[in-house]
Order: sequence, then structure tokens, then C-alpha cells
Amino acid sequence: MALDVKDKIIEIIAEQAVLDPSDVSLDQTLEALGIDSLGLVESIFAIEEAFDITVPFNANEPDQSEFDISSVAAIVKAVQGLIEDQKA
Amino acid sequence: MKRVVITGAGTVNALGLDVPSTLAAMAEGKCGIGDLNFRDVDRLAIKIGGQIHAWDAEGQFNRQQMALYDRFTQFTLVAAQQAIGQSGLEFAGELALRSGVILGTSGGGLTTQDDNYRMVYEEGKNRVHPFVVPKLMNNAACSHVSMEYNIKGPCYTVATACASSNHAMGQAFNMIRCGMSTAMITGGSESMLCFGGVKAWEGLRVMSKDACRPFSLNRNGMVQGEGAAVFVFEEMEHAQKRGAEILAEVIGFAMTSDASDIVMPSKQGAARAISGAITDARLNKDEIGYINAHGTGTAANDKTECAAVADALGAHADNIMISSTKSMHGHLIGGTGAVELLACIMALKDGIIAPTINYEEPDPECALDVVPNEARDAKVDVALSNAFAFGGLNAVLALRKAP
Repeated sequence: MALDVKDKIIEIIAEQAVLDPSDVSLDQTLEALGIDSLGLVESIFAIEEAFDITVPFNANEPDQSEFDISSVAAIVKAVQGLIEDQKA
Repeated sequence: MKRVVITGAGTVNALGLDVPSTLAAMAEGKCGIGDLNFRDVDRLAIKIGGQIHAWDAEGQFNRQQMALYDRFTQFTLVAAQQAIGQSGLEFAGELALRSGVILGTSGGGLTTQDDNYRMVYEEGKNRVHPFVVPKLMNNAACSHVSMEYNIKGPCYTVATACASSNHAMGQAFNMIRCGMSTAMITGGSESMLCFGGVKAWEGLRVMSKDACRPFSLNRNGMVQGEGAAVFVFEEMEHAQKRGAEILAEVIGFAMTSDASDIVMPSKQGAARAISGAITDARLNKDEIGYINAHGTGTAANDKTECAAVADALGAHADNIMISSTKSMHGHLIGGTGAVELLACIMALKDGIIAPTINYEEPDPECALDVVPNEARDAKVDVALSNAFAFGGLNAVLALRKAP
């Protein structure tokens, strides 16, 4: 499951960045991948649809959001947490 | 060029069902934002808004009218009745031919669309009411005002998202100024507080779940409102000759496009619109006493707007008062500039500056006098009203105290 989540998120981010998934690594930031605020909102929507979860994210306060978007790895970890939490 | 004055004003919004109650609420710093109440609201993440809970359409319109009037048209007609009633104008003969209606809206009959899509898609019905199209069209409100009052000149609707009303009023102003029209009914209306309307906004993730706090460091987004405001703009000599009460003079207008991003605001585009209105009104910057801000309460708008005001006004930016009444009535999208013009009229006519409520923490990037939380008494001769829309379309009006 963990691997699927990671691969799926990389696929979503790669599509948004118009890159091949193999060019996206876990330590990269969205900024480094060229994803702007609109791209971020679109990526979060795609993640919510893919995993049937609700991501708590407000574009007005991205830094204060409980959802860590500081790197690809952080997003994977946050999504895994949300899947666990929202499974119940 | 002709001079243009305002001789009538009407409104319905979350703060009040007419101008006196709305201005009293603004002066008290009252908040009209609360829990939304409509079908399927439990499926929304955003559950607050400036909704008009006291709205009684059935009590004001007959069965035939109800079949044709979407909520945004109902709001418009009630506001127009107040405004035209106050002005004392009767549209007949030459005046009817030389008068028009220009109104702003963004969603038009969105509630009608929402209800009818739900019926055919969710409920599987294959038949809709015959008046769905004339009810939902964006120009329905404008046309009903024209029909109701026999206004036969230039009538149309402007849709520039959150700047719709300011664009509409700017057009109305210029039509009188250049001599095309004698009187114009203008302003705007919005009724987006339905499931589909709020759901669409939710997607963008710029809405606040708890409050609209413009310019406050802890602001976390916009809150929608609904309603309308309608004004009578009239050629000054025409108004003076008949002894009409003048609420304020409209002296300038400018519009610009950022030509950059579909949602992110631009300091340059906004500053050009503010400077443009000042130039158009032949003002010195230091004559400006009050600005009604666009002030949506989003992180991006408020800091960009403050930077634009500082750019356009230079050192004088520190002397002016700037407030966002959206903190009280919410963001009326296509109708917002019209309701906000009331705050400018109150500043010029009554010497009361409406506050920015819910202001909790200063933001160094919004370091202007935002009239936090409490209204202020002040003598103001000139006021500006800002509107900066999604799509990068900016429209700023300049008003002066009645001559």
C-alpha cells in the first residue's frame, strides 16, 4: 500500500509538472518542480480523487495547514496519514 | 462634459433590507455573516456566508413574477424600487428614451440553474419549467428594471466577476458624462449562495470557514455574500433643476487589465486603475480621504491591494483611511462594488467611515489605516471604491461630496 501511495502521488505530481515520473524524486519541492499555487490546488484535488480522502488545505495559509507540502516525501507521508485517519 | 450625481440608492444585503438599515449596521460594525441555510448545505465544507435570511419573496412578488424572477432579479427589483423612489424620477417621454440600465452580475440566475440541473440530473426529470432561460439569463434583472420603469435607452449587463458592479457603474457614469444619457439606473446584484455556487468556490480553496478578516495577519480567506445595490445616476443640471436631493457626485472612473494571471492579483494592474481614476477625476492625490477597499480577506488580495494603494498614492497613502466592508456583508461577487459604494456615500455625506471588522492582528504587509473594528467620524471630501476581479480586471470609481 505504502509503495502504491508513493507511486500514485509521484504520478500526479509528474503530470502536473509535465515531467516523466522518473524525473520526480522524493526530496524535491513543488516549487523546484515548477508547480505554482494553482498547480498545487489542482494536485491536491487529484490526490483527493485518487485516494478518496479530504485534504485540509487552505491556499490562504499554506504554511499553517496541517497538510505538509514542503516536499514530495512530505506529501506522501501526509497522504498516508490521512488515508489511515479517514479509513475509519 | 456633463457632471454626474447620485440621486437615489437602494439595497438589500445581509446587513439590511434598505439603505438606512445597511448604513446603520455598517456604522455599528455589525456582522451579517452567519450559518448558511439552503438545501444540501451539509455537503459543503464552507458553511458560512452573508445570506439574507429575512428574504420574503412571496410577500413581495405575485405568482407570475415569481415564475420569472430568479433571486438575483428579486434583489435587483427591490433595490431599484428604493433607488428610483428616492430619486423621484418618472420615466416618460424624452427622459425614458434618454435613460438606461447598466447592472453588474457574475452568476446571474445561478440559483435557477442549480435548481434545474439538480432536477434533470439528480432527480432524473425530463421536463423543466418553460421560463428557465428567461429566468436564468444574466440580463434578466436589467430587462425587468427596464420593463418595470419604462426605461428605453441603453440597457445591458456587465460580467467581470468581482468587478462587475464597478464596471457597470463606470459605464453608466461615462454615458451621462458624455451626453448620451440623462439618467442611468446602475449597480449590481448577486445570488450565488446555493449548493452549486458555494461548492464551486470551495474547490479553489480560498474561502474561510470561520470569518472574513480583511487586512488582519490571521485572515484565512473570503466569505461570500448575496444581495444587490442599485443607484440612480443623473446629469447634475437635470437633478438640480428639479430640486432632487444629491447624495454624492461621481467624478472619475478607470479600468485596467493585469494581462497576467487568471486568479492571482497584480499590484501594477490595481495601481494603474487607482491612478487612472485619480487622473480621470482631475484630482490631486491628497484630496482623497477614504478608500473602500476590495479587501476580500484572502492572503493575496489584501497585501497586493495595500501595495497598489501605496504605489498609486505615494506618501499620502499613510494619511487616508481604507476599510473593507466585506468583513460585514461578505463578498457579493458581481454585486459587491454596488453595496460598497454605499460606504463611500456614507463617508462623504454623513462623515462616518465604515470599519473593517474582525481585525485581530496587524499585518506588516497591510500597514495602512484600515479603520479596525470601529467606525470613525471624519470629514471626507473625496472617496475611491476599488474592485479587482478574478481574471485580472480592475475598476475604480471616484466620488466627491455633493456640490
